[in-house]
Amino acid sequence: MPSTSIAEELAKKQREISVSEFFERNKQILGYDSPTKALLTVVKEGVDNSLDAAADADTLPDIFVEVRKVDKDEFLVIVEDNGPGIVRKEVPNVFGRLLYGSRFHSRRQSRGQQGLGISGAVMYGQVTTGKATKITSKVEEEDVAYQVELIVDTKKNMPSKVREDRVVYERTHGTRIEIPLRGRYVGGKQSIPEYLKATAIVNPHARITYRSPEGESTVFERATEDLPPKTKEIPPHPHGIELGTLMQMMKETKSYKLGAFLEEEFVRVSSRVAKEICEAAALDPEVKPKSLGLEQANALHEAMQSVKLMAPPTDCLSPIGERLIKKGLKNVLGSLRPEFYAPPLTRDPAVYAGNPFQVEVGIVYGGDLPPDQPVEALRFANRVPLIYQAGGCALTQAVANVDWRRYGLEQRGGQGLPFGPAIVLVHICSTKIPYTSEAKEAVATVDEIMTELDLALKECGRRLKTHLTKKAHRAKTREKFDIVQLILPRIAEKSAKIVNKKVPTLDATITKIMGVVWIDEAIAYDKKQKRHTVTINVHNFTSAGKKLNLHLLLPRGMEAKSFDPKPAEVRDDGKITWELKRVDSVAKSSITFVLDGLDEAEYDESDVYVSGINPGLVIGAEPLPGDWELNYADFEAEEAPTPEAEEEGEIDYDEAEEALEDD
Amino acid sequence: MTKKKAATPTPEANKAVDALYGIAEQVYEELDGGQIPKMKIPLRTKANIRFDTKHSVWKYGSLMGVRSAKKLKGALMLLRTMHVLEFIRDMIRENKSSTLREMYYISEGWDIAKFHAQEESNFLAEDLEVITQLLREDFKLRPEESGASVIGNVTLEEITRNGERKRINCRDDVGDAGYTIPYNVEKEKVKFIEADAKFVLAIETGGMFDRLVENGFDEDAKCVLVHLKGQPSRSTRRLLKRLNEEMKLQVATFTDGDPWSFRIHASVAYGAIKTAHISEYLATPTAEFVGITASDILNYELPTDALTPRDVGALNAEMTDPRFKDEFWKNEIQTMLQINKKAEQQALAKYGLDYVTDTYLPEKLGPLGLM
Repeated sequence: MPSTSIAEELAKKQREISVSEFFERNKQILGYDSPTKALLTVVKEGVDNSLDAAADADTLPDIFVEVRKVDKDEFLVIVEDNGPGIVRKEVPNVFGRLLYGSRFHSRRQSRGQQGLGISGAVMYGQVTTGKATKITSKVEEEDVAYQVELIVDTKKNMPSKVREDRVVYERTHGTRIEIPLRGRYVGGKQSIPEYLKATAIVNPHARITYRSPEGESTVFERATEDLPPKTKEIPPHPHGIELGTLMQMMKETKSYKLGAFLEEEFVRVSSRVAKEICEAAALDPEVKPKSLGLEQANALHEAMQSVKLMAPPTDCLSPIGERLIKKGLKNVLGSLRPEFYAPPLTRDPAVYAGNPFQVEVGIVYGGDLPPDQPVEALRFANRVPLIYQAGGCALTQAVANVDWRRYGLEQRGGQGLPFGPAIVLVHICSTKIPYTSEAKEAVATVDEIMTELDLALKECGRRLKTHLTKKAHRAKTREKFDIVQLILPRIAEKSAKIVNKKVPTLDATITKIMGVVWIDEAIAYDKKQKRHTVTINVHNFTSAGKKLNLHLLLPRGMEAKSFDPKPAEVRDDGKITWELKRVDSVAKSSITFVLDGLDEAEYDESDVYVSGINPGLVIGAEPLPGDWELNYADFEAEEAPTPEAEEEGEIDYDEAEEALEDD
Repeated sequence: MTKKKAATPTPEANKAVDALYGIAEQVYEELDGGQIPKMKIPLRTKANIRFDTKHSVWKYGSLMGVRSAKKLKGALMLLRTMHVLEFIRDMIRENKSSTLREMYYISEGWDIAKFHAQEESNFLAEDLEVITQLLREDFKLRPEESGASVIGNVTLEEITRNGERKRINCRDDVGDAGYTIPYNVEKEKVKFIEADAKFVLAIETGGMFDRLVENGFDEDAKCVLVHLKGQPSRSTRRLLKRLNEEMKLQVATFTDGDPWSFRIHASVAYGAIKTAHISEYLATPTAEFVGITASDILNYELPTDALTPRDVGALNAEMTDPRFKDEFWKNEIQTMLQINKKAEQQALAKYGLDYVTDTYLPEKLGPLGLM
C-alpha cells in the first residue's frame, strides 16, 4: 500500500538524519505539526494500539487514558489496557523500533496507522523532552509484570533500554505505557475528550476511562458485550492496485510465472483473466515476475486496469452496523437526552477503483442539542474518528451537499452544513480509504463514495423527516386529546351544574373535534426477563365504526412473539399484518406482543402502517407503502377527513388578540 | 367583601344572573346536541373599532370572533368562562363582591382552568361585559386599584363606607397627595357640588403632578389637576368624563412624548380599544392634547432617549390605528419615527423648575383659550 511504503521510506531515511530533524521535516504526515496536535496524536497512537491489542486477543477492551500536566508545556500521557500483554523480549521491539510488526502488507480493513505508530510517539516524546518512555506489560502466564524505560536508538532503529525491572501489576494481563512529551492541552471540538467520545461511539464494545489534567474522570461505559467481527484479509483487486505496490509485490512474490502470480496474488483473476491481462500487456505469462523492468510493469499495470473483472468481494469489510451505531450513539450522547435517534443506515458494500468500501450514517436529533448551531458532523474512517481538516473532507462535503430543508433542518440556500439540534455520524470503511493526504485527516472526494454517502444521508434524512412529521401530527392531535379528555368533560359538568340539568353525553362532540383514528404504541420493559411488551392502541375518534388492517415493520433482526390478537401474517423480514375487527366509534382496539432478549434501549418503536382505511383519517401510522407487496392498499370510499377547523370567514377570537396596552 | 345584607335580589342582579345563565345554557345545549360549543364575541381589536357619531367616541364594529372548543385555547377559555359564571352567580346569591385580583386568586382552585396572569382574568371579565352588555360591577367584580388623585377647587360629596355623606373640597380638605378617586365614581357614590376652575389638566406622571402642585399651578391657572398614574383606570376616565359633562370643564392631557403616552390620550379622548364597548361612558371626546409631541422635542430641544424596538413597533401599530388617522397624529407619529427619539415631560426641567408652569403650559394652553 502506497501510504505505508512512504512511511517505510521515511523510516529508512531517518537513519541518515537526526531524529528532531526527521520530525521537523515530516511533521505534517506524522501528525506532530503543532504542540496541540502532537498531544492528541500521542493519545491516538496509544488508544489505537490498545484497541488493536484487545482485538487480537478477542477481549472486550477496557482502556484507561490519562493526561497529566508535568510542567508548563510538558505532559505525561498514560494509556493502559487489558490486552493480552506483550512477552518480555518483544516489548522493546514493539515500542522502540519504528514500523516493527505493524500491518504493512495486510489487505484488510485496519485502523490504519497514522505515521509511525506507537514507536513514533515514543520517539516524539524523547525528542521533545529528552526523557524515556516507561512501559509495563504483563502476560497471564507470568506472575509479575515486566517494566522497561526505553528510547529509540535512531541510528540503528533499535530500542535502547534505560532501565528494566520486574514489578507487581494489579491486572492479570495488560499493558501500560507512559510517554512524556511537550504539547499543549486544549478544549473544544478537537480536544482529547471529544476524540475519546467519538472513539467510544464507534467502539461500543470498549470501556474507556479518561482522566484530564485537572484530575476529572470521565467513563464511557461499553454499550455491548459483543465483539466486532474480525476483518478478513483479502488479496488486492487488480483495479485498485498502484504501480509502486505492484512492483513491490512482483519483487517479493514466490511465483515463478507472471500468470500464476496474477492468479494467486489478486482476487477475481482466473487463469483465463490472467492470460487476457498478459495478452493486453504483450507479456509472456511464463515470464518470471521478478525479471520485469519498469516499462513492462507499467504495461502490466495498464492492462490490469483495462480488463473487465468482477467487483472485489466485500465480506472483508467490517461496518459497525445499524444496531451498534444506534447503541453507541445512545450510550455516549444519552446525557443530551436526544428526542430521536434516526435509525442508522448501513449501505451495501460498493467498489471504487477496485477497493471495496461501505458507508454508514446515523442522525441524532433534538433534546439538549443546540437548536441554532450548525449540525455537528462526526466523521469516521475505519472506526477511527477524523478530527482535523473537516472542511476539506468528503464526509463533510457529502453532508453539505444534501438539501436538508426537505428533511426538516434549516439550511441557507439548501447547501452547506445545515442548522438545527442534530448530530450526523458518517462512517466509511474500506480496505483502502482514499485520504486527501498522507496525514490521513480527511477523505478525498471520489465519485462512487460521494454517491453512496449521498444516498445514505438522504435515506437517513427521510427517516428523520418521518419522525418530525409524525411528531407535528401528534402534537396537533395531542392538543385535541387534551380538549376532549380533560377540558370538554369539565365544560359539560360545569354548564350542566349552572343550568341544573344532567351532564350531556359527549361522544358526538368528541368525534367532531377529533375526527381521526389515533394509533399509538406503548412499551413496557421488564429488566429481569429482558422483555419488551409492546401495545399498539387504535382509538377510533370518528363518528362511525372503522375496519382497518394494521401493518408493522419490526426493526431489522428482531423477532416478536406472544401476539394478541393473532396476526393474519408474519413474515421473516419483520413484516407483520393484522386484519382488525371493526372498531366502534369512540372505542379502542389493542394489539400486544413481546420481544425477548433485548436491552431496554434497543427497541423504541416500530414503523406502523395502515391499509383498508382512508390514511388521511389516521394519526400515528403511515399509509402502507407500495413495496410492501401486499394488496391491502385499497379501501372502500368513505367519509373524507374532517375539513380543517374554521368555517368560511370565521375568526378565532382567542388568536385575534393583540397587545393593546390601553387599559 | 361587603357586608351581608338581606338576600333580596335587585333587578340588576336578576338581569346579570339571567344573562350568565343564558351563556351557560347555550354551551350546554350545544354539547347536548352533539355540537362543538362556541361563543361569538365582537372582536376587540383595532381593526374592529368604528367611530360612533352619536357619542363622538370609538366603539366596536360588527366583526365577530368565535371562541370554539375545537381549539385548545378556546376550549380552555370556555371552561374558565363556566367557572367564572358559577363564581359570579354564587356571589350574587350571597350578596358578596370581589376584586378582579381576588377572582384571579380564586382561580387557583380551578385546576387546569386557572388563570396564569391577571390580564387573562381581567380580559375574560371584559368579555362577559361585551357579551351581556352589562358592566363588571353588575357581576360584583371591581378593580382592586384605587383611582388616581385630584387637586383643585372642586367640591364633591362622597358616600363613605359608613353610608354617610362627606363633603370634600379637593383643594382645601386634602393633603399634598390630593383627593383619591374611588373605584366607583357613579352618581350614587360621588356627587359634584361645585367647581371653581376653567379646565382640568390630566397629568401622566407623579413627578410632573407634584411639580405642578408645588408651583401652585392649580391656583395660578385656575385648573383642576388630575394624576392619571400612567394608563388611567376606568374610574379616573369616568371622573374626567363627568367633570367635563356635568361641570362643563374642558379636559387637557399632559403626557410624556412617547408612543405609550399617545395611547393614554387616545383612551381618555377617543376610547380605549379594550373597553370600546363602554366608550360612551369613559371617553371625553373634547379632550385636548398638551403633552410632549415629536415637534416639541425639536422645537424645545428637549433631552431625549432613543426609541426602543418596542417603541418603534408601538408607533407603527398606531399608524394603522383608526383613532390616530388625523393629520396631527400622523405627522407627530411619523416625525417621532424619523427622529427616532422620545422625551419625558420632566425633560422640560432642562430650562429650570418653573419653565413648565411659566412657559411651556401657557404656550400650549393659550391657543386653546384655557390660559
